[in-house]
Amino acid sequence: MRRLALGLEGVALAALFASFLASSGKVALAGTAFGLLGVAVLAGLAGGRREMPRFWLWFASVLVYAFLYIPLAIVVIFSFNDSKLNAEWVGFTTAWYAKLLADESMLRAALNSVLIACTAAAVATVLGTMAGIAMHRFRPRLLPFLVFTPVAMPEILLGVSLLIFFLDTAAPLLAMVGIDFGLGLVTVVIAHITFCIGFVAIIVRARLAGMDESIFEAARDLGATPWRTFREVTLPLILPGVIAGALMAFTLSIDDFVITFFTAGVGTKTLPLEIYTMIKVAVTPEVNAISALLMSLTLALIVIASKLAPDLMRAPA
Amino acid sequence: MASRRALRWLVGGPPFFFLVLFFLLPALIMVVASLRYPGDFGGLAPLVATRPGEEAGLTTETYRVFFSDWIYAEIFAKSFGVAALTTLACLVAAYPLALLIARSDKRHRDLMVLLVVLPFASNFLVRIYAWMIILGPFDLLFSRFAVIVGMVYVNLPFMILPLYTNLEKHDPVLLDAAQDLGANAWRRFWRVTFPLSLPGIFSGAALVFIPVLGMFAIPEILGGKDDWIVGNMIKESFLGTRDWPFGSMLSLMLTVAVLAVAGAASWLAGKALKRA
Amino acid sequence: MALLEIRNVTRRFGPLLAVDGVSLAVEAGEFFTLLGPSGCGKTTLLRMIAGFDQPDAGEILLDGADMADTPPEKRPIHTVFQSYALFPHMTVAQNIAFPLRMAGREPARIAQQVNDALRLVHLEEKDAHYPHELSGGQKQRVALARSLVNRPRLLLLDEPLGALDAKLREEMQVELIEMQRAVGITFVFVTHSQSEALALSSRIAVMNRGRVEQVDDPSRLYSQPRNRFVADFIGKINMLEGEVVAAAEGGARLRVPGLGEIESRGGSGLAPGVAAALAVRPEQVRIAEAGAELPLANRYAGKVRDFLYVGDVTTYIVDLPNGQQLRALLPNSAPGRAKFFEVGDAVTVAWPAEAGVMLAQ
Repeated sequence: MRRLALGLEGVALAALFASFLASSGKVALAGTAFGLLGVAVLAGLAGGRREMPRFWLWFASVLVYAFLYIPLAIVVIFSFNDSKLNAEWVGFTTAWYAKLLADESMLRAALNSVLIACTAAAVATVLGTMAGIAMHRFRPRLLPFLVFTPVAMPEILLGVSLLIFFLDTAAPLLAMVGIDFGLGLVTVVIAHITFCIGFVAIIVRARLAGMDESIFEAARDLGATPWRTFREVTLPLILPGVIAGALMAFTLSIDDFVITFFTAGVGTKTLPLEIYTMIKVAVTPEVNAISALLMSLTLALIVIASKLAPDLMRAPA
Repeated sequence: MASRRALRWLVGGPPFFFLVLFFLLPALIMVVASLRYPGDFGGLAPLVATRPGEEAGLTTETYRVFFSDWIYAEIFAKSFGVAALTTLACLVAAYPLALLIARSDKRHRDLMVLLVVLPFASNFLVRIYAWMIILGPFDLLFSRFAVIVGMVYVNLPFMILPLYTNLEKHDPVLLDAAQDLGANAWRRFWRVTFPLSLPGIFSGAALVFIPVLGMFAIPEILGGKDDWIVGNMIKESFLGTRDWPFGSMLSLMLTVAVLAVAGAASWLAGKALKRA
Repeated sequence: MALLEIRNVTRRFGPLLAVDGVSLAVEAGEFFTLLGPSGCGKTTLLRMIAGFDQPDAGEILLDGADMADTPPEKRPIHTVFQSYALFPHMTVAQNIAFPLRMAGREPARIAQQVNDALRLVHLEEKDAHYPHELSGGQKQRVALARSLVNRPRLLLLDEPLGALDAKLREEMQVELIEMQRAVGITFVFVTHSQSEALALSSRIAVMNRGRVEQVDDPSRLYSQPRNRFVADFIGKINMLEGEVVAAAEGGARLRVPGLGEIESRGGSGLAPGVAAALAVRPEQVRIAEAGAELPLANRYAGKVRDFLYVGDVTTYIVDLPNGQQLRALLPNSAPGRAKFFEVGDAVTVAWPAEAGVMLAQ
C-alpha cells in the first residue's frame, strides 16, 4: 500500500513539474497532478495505522527533496530553451552555450574566478592546515576565535570591513611607498583566504581529533624530529582531509558572491558577479547556461571531497 | 621546553598573523569608522583635518541618527521578523526529512545527506535566479513571499544537518520504552523526540537566523523596495550613498544583533542539553 | 655504574604530586618493573624517562649522563605503548624499518635488520600487511619488534599486555621473558598486575601515590613485604592486628584481641606497646580437622565460613574465635578438593612462628 502511495506521489510531482514546461494544457496537467497527489494521500491514510507516521515522514521528505531540486532542474532545462524568455518552453537548442563561449567578458570572468579560486584555495589550505594542527596540539585561546568567526558571521560584515580596510587604510599607506593599490584580484584573493581558512581548519582538526595520539609520540620516541614526524606521520594521515579542505575552499571561492561583491572593485569580474549583473540587467537563458555549467563543476568537486573526507558530511561543525 | 613554544608560534603563527591583519584589524578599523565623518566624495573623512574647515576627527553622529529615527528600529525589527519566519519555515520543512534520515539505515543515510548537501553546490545566485523563473509567471515576484521562499531555499540545508546530527544520536530504546508505557506515535514524538532534539533545533535555528539577518541579495532580487532589511541598508550605505560611517555603524549594530542571537541560542541549547 | 639512575625526581601537576622524590637505579640487562595501582605515578615516571615530560626536581641519568636537555628523539630509549601506536598508513615492515630510517642506516642494512626482527617475533609472513589487518597479539609483537630493531640501551613498556585476553596475555608473558633474554636489552616494565610483575621481573619497584614503597626481587617482595601497602598489594595476605607485648633478638609476641598472644620470629626491632600486625600468607596456614594435632606455635580452632575452588588450589575462609577471618590455601593435587571441608565444619588452623612478617603501623 505504501509503495503504491509513494509511486502515485512520484508521478504526481513529475506531472506538476511537467506542467511548468507545457504552457497550454497547464491547467489540465496541474489538475491531474493535484488529483494524483490527493489519491496518494488517501492511499497513505488507508495504509494501516502502523505505517502511518512513517508514511507521512516519507511524504514530507519527498516534498522537501522536490522543493530543493526542482528549481535547479528548471534552470538546467531552460538553458536549452530556444527562446529568450524563461517563461515557456519553445524548443531544444544549445545556442545559449555557444553564445556563452563567445562572450568575452564572461570568459574573462571565468578566468578570474578560476585564478582567484586556485590561489585562495592554495593559501587557505596551507594556513588552514597549520591552524588546524596548532589548535589541536597547542589549544590556543585566541586562534579559534580568529579562525572561526569569519565563517560564522554574516558575510556582509567581512566584505564591508575589508572594503574600508583596503581603501581607507591599506591604499594610502602603500601609496606612501609608491605602490598604487586598489580593489582588484589581489583584494578578492585576500578576502577569500580569510573565510576559507576556517573551513580547512575545521576539517583538519576533526581529522586529527579522530586519530590515536600516541602514534605521534611513538614517532618521536623512535628517533623522528618534530619536522620528520610531521612529514612521515602527520601529513600522510591528514592528507585526505587537507585535500578535502582544499576542494571545499576552491568551491567556496568560485561560488562566493557577497564578499567578492565588496572587495572586487569596478574593473574585476568573477562569474558570480557576472551572473548578478546579468540577473539585474537583462535576464536571458545565457544565465541558465552558465549556472548549469557552474553547478556541474561544484557538484563534481563536492562529490570528490565527500569521498575523501566522509566524516565531513556526517558530522557538520 | 623552549622549543615547544617556538613550535607553537611556527605552526600557529602564520594563520594567526594573517587573520589579525585581515580580519581583526579591519574589524577594529570599522569600529573607528563608525565614529568618523563621511568624506566629501563618499568614503571617510580623514582623522586629522588637512584643509581648514574640513570635517575631521571623531563623532557619534551616526549613532545619534540611528537612535533618533524610528525607521532604523523598524528595519531591524523587519530583519528579525524575516529571519524568524524563515527559521520557522525551515524548521517545519527540515524536521520530517531530518527525522527520516536519522531513522534510515546506514547505507541510505549517507546518500540522503549527500542529496541534501548537493543543491548547496549550486551558486547562491543561481538558486535565487531559479525562483525568479518559477515565481515570475505566477506574479509572485518582488513580494515578501518571494523573499521568504528564497531565504528558506538558501538556508534549508543549514537546518537539516544540525537537526539530523542531533536526531541520529537519539537512543531508539527511549521510544520503545515510551511505547511500552502506552504512548501512541504522536505522543511519542512530542514527549520524547521533540524535547531531546531541542539542542539540534537551537543550533540549526542559529545557523539560519544569523546569516539571514545579514543577507541583501535575496531581498534585492526577489523582493520589492520596502522589503529591504539591514543588509540592504548596509550595502546601500557603502556603495550607494557612500556614507561609510553610517554603514559601519549599521554593521556594528548588526554584529551586536548577531552576537545576541548566538548567545541566546547557545544558552538555550545549553539548558536544553542539561535537561536531556 | 647503573644503566639508568633516577635521582630524587619529583613531578607535580598543579596541586597533585604525581611523583614524589623517587630514586631508583636500574642495572644493565635487568627486567625491572614499576608496579602499583593506577594513579601511583608509574606511567608519569616512565614518560619522564622517555623524555615526554620533564621532572620538576631531580635528575634522570643514562650511563651517568643527565638527560635533561635531550629530547625524546635523541635518547637511545624506545617505548612500547599501551595502544601499540603502530603507524596505520605503513606496512608492518615499514613500521619496523622506521627507527632505522630515522637513524640513517643504509637501505640494505635496514632490510636485513627488519627481517631479523620479524623472525624474532615470529611474524615473517606478515611483513606486507597493514596494522588494521592484524590481531591484538600480532600488533603487540610488531610494536616490540619496532622498538627493539635498532638495539636501544633501554626499552620502556607501558602496560603492553593490558589489552590482551587472559590466555594470550600469559603466552605473551613467556615470549617477553624469552625475548628479553635473547636480545639482552634492559627492560623497564610498567604494570598494575602484581602477578604479572612477579612472573616477569628480575626486580620490582612497588609504587604508591608517587612514592616508592619497596624495591626488591619478586621472592623477597612476596615473602618479606616492608609495609602494609606492599603486603596487601602483592598476592593475598592475612593481617592480624594487635599490640606488641614483648620483643627480643629471636622474635616478638603480638597480643591480638580475642586470640591471645601470637608468636613470631619477626618484629624484633619493635618496641612493646606499639600497634603492629602479623602478615601471614594463606599458603603458610595449615588447616586440619578440629582437634587435630598440629605441632605449630600458633594454633586456633575455627569454623569454615566459605571456600574458593579455582581448579588448582582451594582457599578456605575460616572464622576465628575473635570473629576475624583467616584464609588458608591448599593445593588440589588429587582430583577434587584436597581435604573435604564443607561450610560450617569445625577445623584447626595453625602456622609456625617463622611464618609471616610483623609490620608496624
